[in-house]
Amino acid sequence: MLASESSAALMSTVTAFLYREARLQDEHQYEAWERLWTDDGVYWVPANGGDIDPERQMSIIYDNRSRIALRVRQLMTGKHFTQTPQSNLRRLVSNIELMDQQPDNGDIAVASNSLIFESSLRDDTLWAARNEYRLRYVVGELRIATKKVVLVNNDKAIYTLSFLV
Amino acid sequence: MNVVPPTSQWNELIRPDRVHGSLYTDPSIFAAELANIWYRSWVYVGHESEVPNANDYVVKSIGPQSIIMTRDEQGKVNLLLNRCSHRGNQVCSYARGNARSFTCPFHSWTFANDGRLVGYAFPDGYEGQDKSQLALGRVTRVESHRGFVFGSFAAEGPTLMEHLGGAAETIDRLVRSSPEGEVEITAGFLKHRVKANWKFILENECDGYHPAFVHTSIFGVADSMIGKLYGGTSTALTRDYGNGHTEVDLRPEFRKRDQPMSWFGTSEERLPDYTARMKAAYGDTAARKIMIDGTPHVMIFPNLFIAEIQMFVIQPLGVDDSVQHVTALQFKGAPDLNRRLRQQTMGSVGPAGFLLADDSEMYERCHRGVLARNPEWIFLGRGEKRERRDELGFTVGHVTDEVPSRGIWHHYRKLMEAA
Repeated sequence: MLASESSAALMSTVTAFLYREARLQDEHQYEAWERLWTDDGVYWVPANGGDIDPERQMSIIYDNRSRIALRVRQLMTGKHFTQTPQSNLRRLVSNIELMDQQPDNGDIAVASNSLIFESSLRDDTLWAARNEYRLRYVVGELRIATKKVVLVNNDKAIYTLSFLV
Repeated sequence: MNVVPPTSQWNELIRPDRVHGSLYTDPSIFAAELANIWYRSWVYVGHESEVPNANDYVVKSIGPQSIIMTRDEQGKVNLLLNRCSHRGNQVCSYARGNARSFTCPFHSWTFANDGRLVGYAFPDGYEGQDKSQLALGRVTRVESHRGFVFGSFAAEGPTLMEHLGGAAETIDRLVRSSPEGEVEITAGFLKHRVKANWKFILENECDGYHPAFVHTSIFGVADSMIGKLYGGTSTALTRDYGNGHTEVDLRPEFRKRDQPMSWFGTSEERLPDYTARMKAAYGDTAARKIMIDGTPHVMIFPNLFIAEIQMFVIQPLGVDDSVQHVTALQFKGAPDLNRRLRQQTMGSVGPAGFLLADDSEMYERCHRGVLARNPEWIFLGRGEKRERRDELGFTVGHVTDEVPSRGIWHHYRKLMEAA
């Protein structure tokens, strides 16, 4: 009973965290989003399936922490033309689950689905993804240690993906 | 309906220093390009290293057509059309694999991986039929250079080497950055779709005028050396090799730096294994020269772009629908270099790339822009008064000059008028 209560509390905290991340992304709060990451964060959007080896095969995004910072700094210049003007975005995050298999190091393995509507100069584009996270408490705050975004159509030719997915 | 515009139209639309906006947006012109360029001249299809073993296959394309590149039992590379000779069903539905044969799911016709029809279901209904008349379609001519496989649907015409002309040397130059003299395409492709005509991509690849502006956001925050290569005082060159092949020759700038691997923003010290292998393969002097000069930045008409560290293949799907297939170049015998090539490629190109997201934004804005009817022309006159011939007789200009675009359109017009 205790276990399920603490699990429900954790679920509630994780859900609030993922909703907050989604809002920061939708509203282009780049620096606030960057502060969600741990110092060793890895942001991974694979191509051609969900189980490629990112050390050997091309990924759409495979950012270590310094490259996440570079991505944010490019967006902050206001001259990253693909996001100038910024896309209008709203995403739904659902199917949030704490994974049965939890890592030994205390990180929290979480997954969700997301459906993102992007309206840009080019057109309106619908994106769908499975998101797999390792979250970690750092000085009492949840942080993202890894985020893997598996786009449903990542084996196909996709349009420019320049917002934070 | 005759979709091919009359020959006389092309010299109206393509002038020495300007081209008509409709060339990018008119569906009938796109149909004529498929017939006269994509289904006639040499087109890059794939690399031999993508099918290393007997019976390997990978699905490629020529324009909108799906092409199965196979290596058959004998080791020969075939380019087969992905269309059953019976009722037209696609016989291959996977991106890659290893198969001796392809069986059409519709009526179970089976084709060997060299294209021969080897069997059909209930054969008594085909009494007296000559199976050799019912093979898979093939790309008529297949030739390769340094492992790069090209196809042409024309039974006659220039050989691949005649088509590549002076640009063949750029591919020779590329493979010399491998201590074993070979490029390998093994890292998988990113596929980046743009809602724009394919020629905006083609012309941008050797446009040295745009980087300082389009890429200012990443050059500024990444402390990149690339921006200077494309500045007003740069000694780098644009070059027209003829036959539509164009280059940005950055070697003059790299030779001024005189630092091996500076072209890739690194050094011999950071790549000790690679440096040792290059010196062992070519000798100290030649290795040093190769490692100073770097790899080429060359656009092989109409669809193979070698961009120093990565390779793009341009695929037109419709008049305003194109795909850039891109992967990191990998050099045989250079694992430490290859890792860095993959990392840098993933950062810079593809749908979320620091560079290509902005290039692709320009393609799409240009496409929407030229739908406006006035002024009717795209002006390509930059550097026309100062272009000159290099020692080999190719036209060269300042790195920011529009020598490449003029060269592309000159060749394009010849191909379209030849129809």
